[in-house]
Amino acid sequence: MAKTGTEKLFMKGNEVMSEAAIRAGCRFFAGYPITPQNEVPEYMSHRMPEAGGIFVQAESEVAAINMLFGASATGVRCMTSSSSPGISLKQEGISYIAGAELPCVIANMQRGGPGLGNIRGSQGDYFQATKGGGHGDYHLIVLAPSTCQELWTLTMNAFDYADCYRNPVMILGDGILGQMAEPVEPTPYEPVCELPDKDWILDGCKGREPRVIRTLYLRPAEALAEHNRRLHAKYDRIRHALPRAEEMAVDDALLVVSAYGTTARIAGGAVHEARRRGMKVGLIRPITLWPFPEEPFLRAAEHARQFLVCEMSEGQMIEDVRLACQCRRPVAFYGQGGGWYPTPEKIFERIAALYEECR
Amino acid sequence: MRFARPETLYDVPTHYCSGCGHGITHRLVAQAIDDLGIRERVIATAPVGCAVLMYDYFNCDVIECAHGRSPAAATGLKRCLPDRVIFTYQGDGDLAAIGTAETIHAANRGENITVIFINNAIYGMTGGQMAPTTMIDQVTTTTPHGRDAALQGPPIRVCELLSSLDGVAYLERVAVSTPRDVIQAGRAIKKAFQYQLDGKGFSLVEVLSMCPTDWKLPPVKAAEFVNEKMKRVFPLGVYKDKG
Repeated sequence: MAKTGTEKLFMKGNEVMSEAAIRAGCRFFAGYPITPQNEVPEYMSHRMPEAGGIFVQAESEVAAINMLFGASATGVRCMTSSSSPGISLKQEGISYIAGAELPCVIANMQRGGPGLGNIRGSQGDYFQATKGGGHGDYHLIVLAPSTCQELWTLTMNAFDYADCYRNPVMILGDGILGQMAEPVEPTPYEPVCELPDKDWILDGCKGREPRVIRTLYLRPAEALAEHNRRLHAKYDRIRHALPRAEEMAVDDALLVVSAYGTTARIAGGAVHEARRRGMKVGLIRPITLWPFPEEPFLRAAEHARQFLVCEMSEGQMIEDVRLACQCRRPVAFYGQGGGWYPTPEKIFERIAALYEECR
Repeated sequence: MRFARPETLYDVPTHYCSGCGHGITHRLVAQAIDDLGIRERVIATAPVGCAVLMYDYFNCDVIECAHGRSPAAATGLKRCLPDRVIFTYQGDGDLAAIGTAETIHAANRGENITVIFINNAIYGMTGGQMAPTTMIDQVTTTTPHGRDAALQGPPIRVCELLSSLDGVAYLERVAVSTPRDVIQAGRAIKKAFQYQLDGKGFSLVEVLSMCPTDWKLPPVKAAEFVNEKMKRVFPLGVYKDKG
């Protein structure tokens, strides 16, 4: 185990994320084995007790998310991790956690789907992550790291956002990020927002009135509507405070590529090649998928004539890009579902073909 | 005998039907908590079922769980706050249908929690459908011709099922259909909380309970139904006791 400071860590993404969680104060982890994130429960099984926390290998992903429901209610920073089919199992629990306004972090190292799919990296769960997944009008804060270094930082941020907004936060990775090992500078944990006192936790009613954590609002008739309004006022605050994207060579771009996570690294290679050849191409890489960073797209739509969205899916984020551009510009797609991977060469080919038309 | 309302119950009328076993069992649980002086350490989990509103009745911290998931939430609560007293209160659908896996695994891990299991052989809140503990030939809204073992299987005996798990500390089946049964139920419930205080592991008390409304029986007949029919299928007694 490398020390902080000048030494670097060299671990798989799954382990980077786990260590970052511990350093951010995560002290309860419940999870279940599923490829490609098995290293997460394995790492947590020895590191969490070492850090004085609790590790439970749950009997299912359903049980794991419900253990978080209880653990979070006590005020402990808690996390679970899974991959696509297991995240489907967690949707009920996530809806309850969001409705009860409990903080927690859920990692999805996406794999090919639907159903059992395969065990390669994929981006087929964007809709599930950003458009609901579970029932009801709620939102997850969704973070999309692109490198192991960014995974380190965003994992720490995830716990802060969860606590600051009393909301579940999802780290939307993929099997490639989870499995690849890169050097990571283990920057120390620093809160990125002002952490409120947890004056709502359940720890026994000594010296105070009893508290109830619930999601059922039967009476009066408008109680649930009022609760939804409160939740959505919170989501509006999050929409103002958290959207984040990285922009590369967008200011004078005629064609703007957009991708997130691992795909953005590959697309970034293609954009570099385009620039090397004198083509005015840029890249907008959303880092928060919810709240989606609309502003860079609207700004780019002033001058860019074409957008190209690349995803390891049949096209999910592309809908948010179209909405963000307010349909002012054509938005093309390059990608495929089912655990398929793009290459910089193929993305460049698509860029070149589109660039010819929009020049 | 105590006649005053336990401090652990709010002084409010409940929504439970006349002759329902919840009122009695709430009283027994609250009494045990009072007797042990642990109200301020208790965190309860509310189920999905007729007792979903138990936080309106129990004067302690309560978290409302998803259907069947209380033992998993209780695991999170107890692991994080081991010196608090965590109990679940669940019906037969919650504990033995949708929550079977969470029940068995919390029991098997020996989670140091107390589970109060209300077995009324029917789904009360949703209007009287078959439960895992509905008995053969019992008519419900989803077994209009009576439960048929060939189609629905026989009822599940939860105490017997869990008694095969080494991680379990204490299992007892009681009833609340006669005064004598109520007294024994009170003892068992108090013991189940005491075992948690002693760190002995997973304790469950299965309470055979009346549901006059969905059984379509008046309250006195409903109590007789427990005595004459349910006790034969679900014998009372201790199924495990680590001591």
